[in-house]
Amino acid sequence: MAAELASAESVAQGLREVGYLADAPTALVSYLAAQLGKPILVEGPAGVGKTQLAKSLAQMTGRTLVRLQCYEGLDEAKALYEWNYRKQLLRIQAEAEGAGWSAVQDDIFGSEFLLERPLLSAISSPDPVVLLIDEIDKTDQEFEAMLLELLSDFQITIPELGRIEASSMPLVLLTSNNSRELTEALKRRCLYLWLDYPELEHELEIVRLHAPGLDEAIRRRLVEIVAMIRDLDLKKPPSIAESIDWARALLLLGARDLDERTLRETMSVIVKHRTDMDLVAERVGVKLGPPQEAPDGAPAA
Amino acid sequence: MAPPPPEPPRRPPVPASRRAALFSADREQPVEGLVAHVLEFGEELRGEGLAVGTSELLDAFAALPRVPWHEQATFRETLATTLAKSPEDRRLFDQVFDRFFFRASELAAVEEGVREGGMTGDTQGGGGEVDVDDLRRQIAAMIAAGDEDALRDLARLAIHAFGRMGDGSGVVGVDVQRIRRRLELRAEPQSEQPQEPPRHDALPHAGLRRFEQLLREELERRQIERTGTLPPARPLNDLSRALPSGPLADLANVHRVVAQLKRRLKTQGLEQRGSRRHAHVDVRRTMRASLETGGVPVVLKYRPVRPRRPEIFVLCDVSTSVTSASVFFLSVLHALHDSFRRMRSFVFIERISEVTEVFQHERDFKAASAVIGRDAGVADISGYTDYGRVWREFLEQVEDELHPRATVIVLGDARTNGRDPAVGVFGQIAARAGRTYWLNPEPRLYWNYGDSVIGTYAPYCETFECWTTAQLEDFVKALTAPRAATGR
Repeated sequence: MAAELASAESVAQGLREVGYLADAPTALVSYLAAQLGKPILVEGPAGVGKTQLAKSLAQMTGRTLVRLQCYEGLDEAKALYEWNYRKQLLRIQAEAEGAGWSAVQDDIFGSEFLLERPLLSAISSPDPVVLLIDEIDKTDQEFEAMLLELLSDFQITIPELGRIEASSMPLVLLTSNNSRELTEALKRRCLYLWLDYPELEHELEIVRLHAPGLDEAIRRRLVEIVAMIRDLDLKKPPSIAESIDWARALLLLGARDLDERTLRETMSVIVKHRTDMDLVAERVGVKLGPPQEAPDGAPAA
Repeated sequence: MAPPPPEPPRRPPVPASRRAALFSADREQPVEGLVAHVLEFGEELRGEGLAVGTSELLDAFAALPRVPWHEQATFRETLATTLAKSPEDRRLFDQVFDRFFFRASELAAVEEGVREGGMTGDTQGGGGEVDVDDLRRQIAAMIAAGDEDALRDLARLAIHAFGRMGDGSGVVGVDVQRIRRRLELRAEPQSEQPQEPPRHDALPHAGLRRFEQLLREELERRQIERTGTLPPARPLNDLSRALPSGPLADLANVHRVVAQLKRRLKTQGLEQRGSRRHAHVDVRRTMRASLETGGVPVVLKYRPVRPRRPEIFVLCDVSTSVTSASVFFLSVLHALHDSFRRMRSFVFIERISEVTEVFQHERDFKAASAVIGRDAGVADISGYTDYGRVWREFLEQVEDELHPRATVIVLGDARTNGRDPAVGVFGQIAARAGRTYWLNPEPRLYWNYGDSVIGTYAPYCETFECWTTAQLEDFVKALTAPRAATGR
């Protein structure tokens, strides 16, 4: 067990060092997952740092990140392993004469002909890894069922080869946007972590960490505005990543104040739908009011 | 299983009388200490409908010794991450947690005769009037700072201050509101009030709710202390159990679910595309491809699996009797339009009118519903639904297009206002279409009461009760399920 995973506080500290500000529950759950050897199921709206949590955990512990991006129609062949069919065919052709059936059969179902896919490579790796199964809710229920063996026992059964057990204990994270109810069986095997948009102070700290040059007053105002925008009924509310982008954009533009005009000009960084932009300009822009004093010199474009 | 964690040192050993416990007084063999409490807590959660299995509890016990579990926040989060596995569950968990451990500690206090000195109010003399303005300012500051402990102290102070003015109504809820009003804590900005900060500005809703909750807890605590007994445990009522939405009232929430629905519909139609289960080898294309490799079929070509895209006809009631539901229905319609290309929608009150074009051209839901409200040409003379006429007109318009692969969905409350339901015509529609569904926005309890005639239509279609988003999801599952599973 890596030294960083010795207590919830040290996890929080370690994550902070690699630029991820985890709140107390996040650090606690990450710590428990490492201690108990259980996967974490992370749910929450898009853009609150679910995937980033896995990346940061990997970076913090110095492990390799093995990532499996899920999508509709993902199957064993792409997630677990596949027989290298062409190589097998060539092999059969190469020794078409003389070799007995059983010899050939033994030959062509060896690990030489196995193409490792993310899940298999995660558990067969000699060093412990961080395995990220991203957007598990995008797959079919059948795929979830297939994961169960891996998640509870860290092993994969290949009919021709037998059981492959994990040689090292991976830290597994599953993320979901909650677009589909996951099965009870899967949930049962995981620790559950709900990530929501951060509290104001917490987000302020995150922005401070990632855009340190920005003026403190503007930064606070920015975070407040983003919180205000999230309260509107938008198609795509701004995520944490977008707050950071916005802070950096303002820094780059040398903005001295966040007034209605600045908002209008830079809104496209945080709001990504035309209808949303209209709504934000209408509701939030008015609250900000026009620039207080005459702006001397437009921001450098 | 991990060994039971030791009792925290600061607490005396548990007296036997207390273990008979909080909710199940007739337990025969009480188990010791914290383990017993956590088990009981798990039992409570099950009672409120959470699926807490033994494996979850074992996880909790495995996790607890590894964390500093005597800190309340850590204890709570550890239990939450192992026991509550969805946002809904977490909401329930928090409520049950507060209730359970509040009662547990109060019970212990009662049995061990612990009383709080000083704050009980009755015994105190007139030592220092509390300045209401000052109190208000402090509360506003603490809400802003999010300081839980200070806020709890202020809640006690407030109860103390107002408890003496008039001795409380004895009903906790009434007292909470009385104190809040007296303090003039509001969530809306009050421009008529003087420019002094806490009065004039609005307080954040969440903070104010938290303060009210603390007031409630402290009042309950006082009550328990006065009477020396615990009030009977009450299960959570449906209101606090449901997510904060009467789904029909909360448009934003409806949109969220509908957005989810869209994604789900997209997936469901495509789910067979990637899986090889039903893939057939296309011999002709495989042979052709094998020419490249000298006749050896190295690359197999499969026949593509075509997803089933049903043709859907939707009829949506927009009359006044379903006003609250029709927004819900229209947004469902909107979502369906995004997912099914071959779909025709109609809205009706007394007669029907087709709105397919509106939905096809208008991507934005709000604009679409405005257009429908304005000039979709819903012939509306009396404002009362006439189902008989609607069926006849519908059949006239689409008669030739109805075929066994078509699906007809009716959204309406089946209240005919005493007019002819024309069941025969509806039967004809159902017979021509492959599948017919009826979504009724009324709870099943009210079906067939008054002028509701859903019962007479029921033999021809599958009826769904649809007034919460969960029920809507059930329907979507049925709609997109493979045909064999839903055959009638």
